[in-house]
Amino acid sequence: MFQSAKGQPGGRSAGAVRDVVFVDGVRTPFGKAKGVYAETRADDLIVKVIRELLRRNPNLPPERVDDVAIAATTQIGDQGLTIGRVAGILSGLPRSVPGYAIDRMCAGAVTAVTTTAASIGVGAYDVAIAGGVEHMGRHPMGEAADPNPRFLSEQLVDFSALVMGETAENLHDRYPGITKDRADAYAVASQEKVAKAYANGEIQPDLVPVAARHAETGWELVSKDEPPRPGTSMSALAGLKTPFRPHGRVTAGNSAGLNDGATGCILAAADVAAELGLTSKMTLVGYGFAGVDPEVMGVGPIPSTEKALARTGLSIGDIGLFELNEAFAVQVLAFLDHFGIDDDDPRVNPYGGAIAYGHPLASSGVRLMTQLAREFSEHPEVRYGLTAMCVGLGMGATTIWENPAYEGAN
Amino acid sequence: MADSGPGTITTATLDYPDEVVTHARVRYAELPGVTGPVALVTLDNGHDHTRPSTFGPAGLRSILAAVDEIAAHAPAVAAIAVTGKPFIFAVGADLSYRSSLTDPAVVRPSLHALGELGHDAFRALGGGRLGDRRVPTFALVNGAAMGGGLELALHCDYRAFSAAAAPIALPETFLGLVPAWGGTFLLPNLVGAENAVTVAVENALSQNRTLTGPQAVELGLGDVLLDSADFLERGLVWVGAVLRGEVDPAGARRRPERGPAWADAVARGRAVADARVHGAAPAPYRALELIAAAETVSPDAGFAAETEALADLSVTEELAASLYAFDLTQKRARRPVGGPDPKLARKVTKVGVVGAGLMASQLALLFARRLLVPVVLTDIDSERLDRGVGYVHAEIDKLLARHRLSPDAANRLKALVTGSLTKDVFADADLVIEAVFEDMGVKKTVFAELEAIVGPETVLLTNTSALSVTEMAAGLAHPERVVGLHFFNPVAVLPLVEVVRTPSSDDAAVATTLAVAKTLRKNAVLVADAPAFVVNRLLVRFMSEVLGAIASGTPVEEADRALEPLGLPMSPLELLALVGPPVALHVGEIMHAHFPERYADPAGLRALVEAGRSSFYGPPGPDGRAAVDPEVAGLVRAATSGPSAGSADGGSADGGSAGHPGALSGAEVRERAAAALAEEIRLLLDENVVAEAADVDVCMLLGAGWPFHLGGVTPYLDRTGISEKVTGRRFAPPGVATIS
Repeated sequence: MFQSAKGQPGGRSAGAVRDVVFVDGVRTPFGKAKGVYAETRADDLIVKVIRELLRRNPNLPPERVDDVAIAATTQIGDQGLTIGRVAGILSGLPRSVPGYAIDRMCAGAVTAVTTTAASIGVGAYDVAIAGGVEHMGRHPMGEAADPNPRFLSEQLVDFSALVMGETAENLHDRYPGITKDRADAYAVASQEKVAKAYANGEIQPDLVPVAARHAETGWELVSKDEPPRPGTSMSALAGLKTPFRPHGRVTAGNSAGLNDGATGCILAAADVAAELGLTSKMTLVGYGFAGVDPEVMGVGPIPSTEKALARTGLSIGDIGLFELNEAFAVQVLAFLDHFGIDDDDPRVNPYGGAIAYGHPLASSGVRLMTQLAREFSEHPEVRYGLTAMCVGLGMGATTIWENPAYEGAN
Repeated sequence: MADSGPGTITTATLDYPDEVVTHARVRYAELPGVTGPVALVTLDNGHDHTRPSTFGPAGLRSILAAVDEIAAHAPAVAAIAVTGKPFIFAVGADLSYRSSLTDPAVVRPSLHALGELGHDAFRALGGGRLGDRRVPTFALVNGAAMGGGLELALHCDYRAFSAAAAPIALPETFLGLVPAWGGTFLLPNLVGAENAVTVAVENALSQNRTLTGPQAVELGLGDVLLDSADFLERGLVWVGAVLRGEVDPAGARRRPERGPAWADAVARGRAVADARVHGAAPAPYRALELIAAAETVSPDAGFAAETEALADLSVTEELAASLYAFDLTQKRARRPVGGPDPKLARKVTKVGVVGAGLMASQLALLFARRLLVPVVLTDIDSERLDRGVGYVHAEIDKLLARHRLSPDAANRLKALVTGSLTKDVFADADLVIEAVFEDMGVKKTVFAELEAIVGPETVLLTNTSALSVTEMAAGLAHPERVVGLHFFNPVAVLPLVEVVRTPSSDDAAVATTLAVAKTLRKNAVLVADAPAFVVNRLLVRFMSEVLGAIASGTPVEEADRALEPLGLPMSPLELLALVGPPVALHVGEIMHAHFPERYADPAGLRALVEAGRSSFYGPPGPDGRAAVDPEVAGLVRAATSGPSAGSADGGSADGGSAGHPGALSGAEVRERAAAALAEEIRLLLDENVVAEAADVDVCMLLGAGWPFHLGGVTPYLDRTGISEKVTGRRFAPPGVATIS
């Protein structure tokens, strides 16, 4: 971890740190808030994920899991009570396996991965389960929040900072070159890529189907994402309302929706993974978090990526695959513009993104990693990939991974 | 009347306006590698798990409609899977449907039609016949599956059970019915007659014992057991594996053993039924006939026979009484009638038990286990005290050994139960119960001593079985805190307590006692302070008729067996041995003192006690049957005034004789005993000892273990005409707990 990838090939930047590998990742199909999971509890969603992880990795003795870190943004009700611990008990993990809850809004699952990975890196853990869950239907963003009045009285942040759609409009103001048309075109492409990924069977293998109850219509087996809208056209998007501003640019069509879902992954020290015969789908190179003005939280991934690149000694040109969370098209485009990447660069979100899949806040980070891991397996010519996402209240989160299947730059 | 006459009732016209309808909702699931969707049927009555899904006419029609919908679905389905709402698969027929039929003429045809409709619906779903196609069917038993719920699962080709599914049972014979929607045919043909008898007869007649998911799979009811956390998801994965041919659950099943084993199992079932109901209730025997026939008959014939049995049983007095009794135990027994506002109950944080004998020790254990507060036993004899506390600790160790308690919980309970030679330890007790020698003087002394130590609001309870609680409280500074709390032996088993309110008891003390009874998980019946309250008053009256018959020359066995047609859990003399003659004598003497015209002087019993004998029977012989001890019978007869039987001419071994001038026939003994009960119950009600006859029935069902098919006892006395003959009136009009 924090390998100085270029400076010391095969070495490490400092100290006695161990390599951390991404063993496996799965998720529930994502749902629309008030949709398929309207009558399904959040804790039940994460339980399905943890159990599937253990089933898919029978070589991992459950008692070898050193911690369960589960993120949720709104940690009340069925997402409260220390969700990581509750989920472990409900999943049937041995009582000896501890668990905890994490919150960094949209980057919750990313933070669950980085904190447990760091614990593995310093040798405190061998194996961890990290993931996230968000049921925005049961827990709308900001539920029961009580912002300090100083935010307003001292104008610490603009009021728009608390409304994510308004921060996206603010971003369009900052980058006039990112037009609504460009955002819509990006969104259409995302929907197309998701439809193609589904058609090619890239997504289904890493989903755990969920039986969702409907008191009025009976149990339903949810085995694919509910939010995608295949066949979305520019003209269809052009007619959508701009709910955050009159004649604005941000619509339901060029942003992620309000969603329900859960994700999880197994992380292990590389030597432990080898000892137990676990897969190593990715190796963690490093990560970075950064803060920005909350009013333009969408730029967060730019500094967090700069930071992660600097710490790992890599440059943007070393990155062969990008999994960028598409909270808003404008925020992805700002990132691409900053790094000089084309809107339709094939390295970016090859399976599409959150505009189609949905973005159940604290769970999304591991979806990015799971997809990056599958993309790595199909791209042995790629050595490094990254995931990046913007975070509410003005942050960015980036992780950089190395592809174990890398066969050299041919 | 023409259009509601019996002749017009068919499966199509069956109607129950008050039905809480369990809907069969259909959705379709795609499974990997399976061509065509799987129809997933959810049984859901729209309520949470506290109102489990049941089947009435509309619910059964909903299943038929679901199958029609599935048959019409495009693309064609690959299979049907059925499951339930959270925690509940389905718990069988809606019993309130039978109770709702007030016109006796429509009962049989209606239940016959309901039987047919159930078979039609379950065979349609479980049979998987969609037009000219046949698809595999699966029951995904996610939760409670009883009666018709389990039968629906049995109709399916394959079954998965959740490890958390419970209860699983066929309780019909417990209620006076048979599993009539396929259970008696399908179950033995799936798991063999032996297991079928266990589930459908033995368990049902053993206080309605039920199975868990793992037990059900172990017995062969299920093909696979799956964890509850993702039961439905994994269940559907399993469905997919079966459909793709990767697993063959049917091939893995044990084949039921036919021939002699089948007959042996049915014979065992008859022995079980005889031991439990002594032929007095028809349902288990009818179920066994059906199980016996299931070995060879066709499904059509088996199912038709079930429907006939259901229709026949639906018009039996035993069923009417059972449904009444079931309702009493579910409702009236859980909410005592006539109690004060429960909010008046005071908090109980420490309990005192005066005495350290067996009853006191049992009470201490119960209070400690259920209230989880310190319980102090006192006795003036240190050896007895050590024995009492030692008994409690030993019982806790037994629970620990049987894994009924964790080591921590056992430590906690042991620490809660302590002993003291002085009563000053009761100073901070909120409740003190006395379980000392049954003597008014002793008990009054105890209460007077207690009053000097405890606070003015401490509730003082007595576990007396027959003494006047009012008199016990008289002379105290605070008689308003004295209440009777009468338990039945064995304390841990019998669910009844009689809560005895005296004229001076105040609402707070009674409310506290009722609240404590509830926490002890006992069913309380509020009774007035009358001699021996309800259960003992009736049992002693009943027993004294039997003892009187013996004394007057009826052979012991004949008198004792005279009550067998009632199907009581034990004979009067077995009961006497269980209760112990000294206790029976004590109550008998008190009753004789109060009501000499109805309760004879228990001289025979006194002779038995004085001779140190505990039973009319000797130890069991090689055949397992205990023989009458002629010496005891002689003692009893010699002590009883009236015609002597000692010089009887040959007759039976005990010196009694059918030919003796004072001897009664079994029928006469039975008639006298039942008449005595009817008279005594009427007097109880006239004296306002309890509010209604239903309370007497609750007492006999839960305090004496009297059977459902008698409805406790008053439905039996009404339907046999005894109550009317003896008291000039019935206890309840026809239709409440009886048919006629």
